[in-house]
Amino acid sequence: MSAAIEALGLHKSYGDKLVLDGIDLTVAQGTIFALLGPNGAGKTTAVQILSTLITADAGQIRVAGHDLYADPDAVRAAIGVTGQFSAVDGLLTGRENLIMMADLYHLGRRAGRERADRLLEQFDLVEAGGKLAMTYSGGMKRRLDLAMTLVGSPQIIFLDEPTTGLDPRSRHSMWSMIRELVAGGVTVLLTTQYLEEADQLADRIAVLDHGRLVAQGTPEELKRLVPGGHVQLRFNSPEEFTLAGQVLPTALPNAEALTLQVPNDGSVHALRDLLTRIEDASLEVSELTVHTPDLDDVFFAVTDHSQQKVAS
Amino acid sequence: MSTTSYAVADTATMLRRNLRHSLRYPSLAAGAIGMPIIMLLLFGLVFGDTFSAGINGGGFDYLDFLTPGLLLMSIASGTMSPAIGAAVDMTEGIVARFRTMAIYRPSVLTGHVLGNVILTIVSLTLVVGFAVLIGFRPNASIGDWLLAAGLLILVTIALTWFAIALGLISKTAEGASNIVLPISFVLPFLSNTFLPLEAMPSGIRWFAEYQPFTPIIDSLRHLLLGTPMESGSGWLAIAWCVAITVVGYFWAQKSYNKGTAA
Repeated sequence: MSAAIEALGLHKSYGDKLVLDGIDLTVAQGTIFALLGPNGAGKTTAVQILSTLITADAGQIRVAGHDLYADPDAVRAAIGVTGQFSAVDGLLTGRENLIMMADLYHLGRRAGRERADRLLEQFDLVEAGGKLAMTYSGGMKRRLDLAMTLVGSPQIIFLDEPTTGLDPRSRHSMWSMIRELVAGGVTVLLTTQYLEEADQLADRIAVLDHGRLVAQGTPEELKRLVPGGHVQLRFNSPEEFTLAGQVLPTALPNAEALTLQVPNDGSVHALRDLLTRIEDASLEVSELTVHTPDLDDVFFAVTDHSQQKVAS
Repeated sequence: MSTTSYAVADTATMLRRNLRHSLRYPSLAAGAIGMPIIMLLLFGLVFGDTFSAGINGGGFDYLDFLTPGLLLMSIASGTMSPAIGAAVDMTEGIVARFRTMAIYRPSVLTGHVLGNVILTIVSLTLVVGFAVLIGFRPNASIGDWLLAAGLLILVTIALTWFAIALGLISKTAEGASNIVLPISFVLPFLSNTFLPLEAMPSGIRWFAEYQPFTPIIDSLRHLLLGTPMESGSGWLAIAWCVAITVVGYFWAQKSYNKGTAA
């Protein structure tokens, strides 16, 4: 399988603020690739560079088989971008927005209008189609935005935080739309700050922190980076909390919440050992929860020690 | 389709977008048209007689003198709307989208300019109509009218490109409306729109003599009223228009493309 997106050594700084510090990534055709990271990690900058909106200070990029700097218009013809801030024209109706896109893709008058109407149907915007886009709710704007991106049938779609600010229902419907796209052969690069979203959607995930990729792999590979899960113990008083910290020296304390995270794989044997030690020390535990490893653990593990580069 | 027909098609798409904006958000355009009409009523009707009596020892038709300058003022005050439009556009996601599409790149800004040219033609027609209604009596031939119209359109294109360039560097709507004030307000007032050069104090007169609006107004008066004009004023007017267009166009395109993959 050839790569839809290949980037090598992307660097970008604004003034003396380093935003991307040598990013390498490869996205295989027909897959979903998630760029996961907290706010300010450089996700949007990476998408803006890969979608030709801004230039990198250094690095090589091929998108859809074209060198981005040698032939940016060939790249632009192959991609669709739905940015973080809604890219719809508020003073046009939903239908007019779609027809404008069809005109810009030179689909022809009739074919363009048919495509617009089909997309309105597909994105559940038929009723709203005649209203100005500025009157739409957040979820409707996002749907129109994605529909506009699809007018030109792009091979590669960039989605910058496609579900940020959406309610859970809209988020799930956005997820199923993204899955349908990929089922149709499209390649998707999305950014997200939600681990669950990356886990749900992505074939591969790259974790971005302070402009560097600190981990990359399939969701399973990433979860394997954190062996075993943990048990969280909550205490009622600071005294108990301090005492427990002495009894369980390997635990990760959180003094504000009065909780301890004790490494534990969640097996019956390991749990019984832990309970015995709590019993022996007569600790008053107000709450005990078992956590199997999820992407949260990966995220905290790799972003806490961002200098140690974990590549799979 | 060839590159040229893509360029035309994309520009037409952007023009449609801008005309729709003007229809749905008409207050800016209405303000631009209303201002010269208020000036016309105020200076033409209210102060007109007093001015006529005071200039050149009386017997001077002030309304005839005033109207060509007010046409220029309509164009100038009309530049605020595309400047704001371009500035606001750059802050919105839709233009980021356009910049990631393989469309003819100058089309976004050219759409603003053409949209404004059309609005300005409407507003100039209204101003001329009002002026004739209250007593403006040009004695121009059809050829003179056509030349005058051509000159007015050249001026509109020039000032609009320049205003858009200013709008693009100002980043906000408020900034854009302030930064075009020299074009939309100062230059029309410090020209021979309201007074002949001879009637001005020397410092302002010196400025008015050498700024672009004065030869343009002289040329319009010559065409519409047959007033005498210094030889070369017509060419000077056209040269100003071309120079302002070229500077405005390249400056605006440069700002628009700044930072993106070429």
